[in-house]
Amino acid sequence: MLELMVNGRTYPVDVEPEMPLLWVLRDHLGLPGTKYGCGVSICGACTVHLDGEAVRSCTLPVSAVLGKQIVTIEGLSMAGLHRVQQAWIDHQVPQCGYCQTGMIMAATALLAKTAQPSDDDIDRTMTNLCRCGTYSRVRAAMHALAAGSSAPDTGKT
Amino acid sequence: MSVLVSRRDFLKASAMLGGGMVLEFCLPVTSTAAGGAAASEVNAWIVIHPDDRVVIRIARSEMGQGTFTALAQLVAEELDCDWARVSAEFASPNEHIRRDRVWGSMSTGGSMGVRSSQDYVRRAGASAREMLVAAAAARWQVPVAECTAADGVVAHAPSGRKLRYGQLAADAARLTPPKEVTLRDPAAWKIAGKSVQRLDIPDKVLGKPVFGVDVMLPGMLHASIAQCPVFGGKVLSVDAGAAAKMRGVRKIVREESFVAVVADSWWRADEALRRVAVEWDLGGNGHASNETIAAMLREGLADRQLPQARKLGDAPAAMATAAKVVEAEYRSPYLNHATLEPQTCTAWLKPEGFLEVWTSTQNGEASMAAAAEAAGLPLEKVEVHKMMLGGGFGRRGGPQDFVRQGVAIARAMPGIPVKMMWSRAEDMQHGFYRPASMVRMRAGLDAQGNLVAMHTTIACPSILKVLMPGVLSKDGIDFTAVRSFTDMPYAVPNQQVDYAMRNGHVPVGFWRAPGQQNAFYRESFIDELATAVGRDALEYRLAMLKPGDKNRLVLEAVATAAAWGSPLPAGVHRGLAVADGFGSFTAMVAEVSVGPGGQPRVLRIVVAIDSGHVVNPDTCRAQAESNVVFGLGSILYQENNVKAGRIVESNFHDFRLPRLSEMPRVETVLVPSGGFWGGHGEPAILPLAPAVCNALFAATGQRIRSLPLKHHDLRAPV
Ligand code: FES
Ligand code: FES
Repeated sequence: MLELMVNGRTYPVDVEPEMPLLWVLRDHLGLPGTKYGCGVSICGACTVHLDGEAVRSCTLPVSAVLGKQIVTIEGLSMAGLHRVQQAWIDHQVPQCGYCQTGMIMAATALLAKTAQPSDDDIDRTMTNLCRCGTYSRVRAAMHALAAGSSAPDTGKT
Repeated sequence: MSVLVSRRDFLKASAMLGGGMVLEFCLPVTSTAAGGAAASEVNAWIVIHPDDRVVIRIARSEMGQGTFTALAQLVAEELDCDWARVSAEFASPNEHIRRDRVWGSMSTGGSMGVRSSQDYVRRAGASAREMLVAAAAARWQVPVAECTAADGVVAHAPSGRKLRYGQLAADAARLTPPKEVTLRDPAAWKIAGKSVQRLDIPDKVLGKPVFGVDVMLPGMLHASIAQCPVFGGKVLSVDAGAAAKMRGVRKIVREESFVAVVADSWWRADEALRRVAVEWDLGGNGHASNETIAAMLREGLADRQLPQARKLGDAPAAMATAAKVVEAEYRSPYLNHATLEPQTCTAWLKPEGFLEVWTSTQNGEASMAAAAEAAGLPLEKVEVHKMMLGGGFGRRGGPQDFVRQGVAIARAMPGIPVKMMWSRAEDMQHGFYRPASMVRMRAGLDAQGNLVAMHTTIACPSILKVLMPGVLSKDGIDFTAVRSFTDMPYAVPNQQVDYAMRNGHVPVGFWRAPGQQNAFYRESFIDELATAVGRDALEYRLAMLKPGDKNRLVLEAVATAAAWGSPLPAGVHRGLAVADGFGSFTAMVAEVSVGPGGQPRVLRIVVAIDSGHVVNPDTCRAQAESNVVFGLGSILYQENNVKAGRIVESNFHDFRLPRLSEMPRVETVLVPSGGFWGGHGEPAILPLAPAVCNALFAATGQRIRSLPLKHHDLRAPV
């Protein structure tokens, strides 16, 4: 039995040590908000926080995360919406939404470290892939958050 | 009753998973299933709760394009309810069949969601409103004409009495619907036409289990599959070896065209699958390659006996007397849809002989038909739960291969729900690809440089032949292969379009804006002609468009918005293109630069779209942004190469998607001129490749006649 700390709770899990964290979350803990997109650390759909850092869980063996705090999209905010999630709604960021949980986890990790990221910071850090093309809105939402609000700065009709 | 798995079962399932968290699951809420007092189905589209909550049923699928919300807006507009109390749910395909297809079409493609159902969904809203008014008039015993409805309330002005829809719904549901209803003038819209927030977004930012891959059922198992790497091949033999004994593995399923491993988690299934030795019968296509496909298309271009998809005037004769003839050949590769959510299907063959399927589908009814056929069950014995799609782009409509596979696996595991998901490599290598094609265009110009004759020969596999053979014209013309040429808006007196249908073994399918490669060919070639006669790209096009032509109007709109012709910063260059399709008219200006190493960079896209009416402006803008990114990947990087009968690419390292850092600024100008309903899911991709490549010509003097750009050296010549 391994013990995992996910979203502030401890879970006993009986899995192979090499099983990637992604599959422990999705199939063994019933937390499907973290997504599979590529399985090889390219797309970022599987992004979670590991002790506050954004990591790609599809290539991270579960044995490497024992004793660390894991946060998934389900645990990002225990009450209501996290302000990043609110900004995502205000800017109507998601299209299909499949990449968005990973995108939000990457954005919250960046904003936690760099409250006012530059375009360059965003370009370098937000390497998650989105097939639907939500990138402009991701950037706009992050700039609004950096400026202390979540809402779009121009009223949309 | 369309809820066949109770909410309690789901909670039980989640408790079994050990998470102990409350997992909500999006199930259709039937009129009586929701807790509290009974809700009333006023008509098939509209369920109203006593507390005034309105549930609107949606028959089309949601893949990010916003139809789920836009259709609800149209119903709510005519119903005239309080938008803040509206939610939407998918209509049940099983109920759809049992109720004589009451929800119209469930097919979601061709940018049709709104434009081909707007009339009947608006009528459903208006009809329900009239029934609510009639119910109130009857309760008050006053003439209907003295009552009015607005914002979810029916009022009787003479007496000052009011009743909320929730108080009237039960009565209204018992009335006969009116025969005729009058629809609102879009100019008076209050809910439609506005950028209301999308109804599906809150669940998506919270990571709720809304997608096909998120399905969780009691005792559910997982499956990963391997199909023959060469299209059309079959399983010859399977040696499971140690895989069958690996932890969590329950079964190795062998079907005619694939092998699947069923296990208690997807990772375990996939790990075991990699260790299963499968011998394939490659079926005669093991030698197909890029070269054989190019040769096939080239032979098509050389064929002198081709059917004509268009003939106007006499193009060859006009060509013979033209002052100048310009000729060019263009080509495009196969392209995968690469939806970020791989193909998936969960199926559960229940002991009582009922099959339940959960899947990300662009066509719930087609999924049901495929599932019933694969299970050998009548339609009534099958239910398909439509999940949110993690991208569609045409992949999940016509081909229902994933549903047939999911059901075949469920048949091998009777009584147990199994969720099948493809690995990324499987998804990359077993698509229904945008056809590879080759086109030769010849233009005859008069002494003033005007285009007087155009003769186009198109060699392209037929999508319809694969997916909808009944729609092919009798002389074998596939309209998706010839569009943009057969309906070219330019006033050219002599036109001929020849079509060489050449079908390789690679399955082709509807890839966002099917036929969009023709807009690249045509609009790049028109630029070649303008350049050849020294005329401005905008002026040259406008001169060939009649006054009032909507292509002309969007060209003028985009030229103004992008300040066409004005000076640009050093190193920035512009290109232009226009195209109509999917019911809308779209013109675009691209601004690009080329780095010292020859790296192309698209800096800014200005796009003008006339879709007649606009139901949700913000969603329409989002779709324009989406088309730009989707198209940009195919312009810069993407191609699916064929070698030894199989697709070479296997993941996002060799089928690159653009990243956030590559996103150009997109400015969308909506210029709806009214009087028609055009789509938004696809039109904006049409002018993208030619606008970008025309700008690159301005930047480098190189004419791009094939994509992707990674094969072109764009460095300035030394
Ligand atoms: S699934 Fe982990 S990075 Fe793509
Ligand atoms: S919103 Fe669909 S993949 Fe990003």
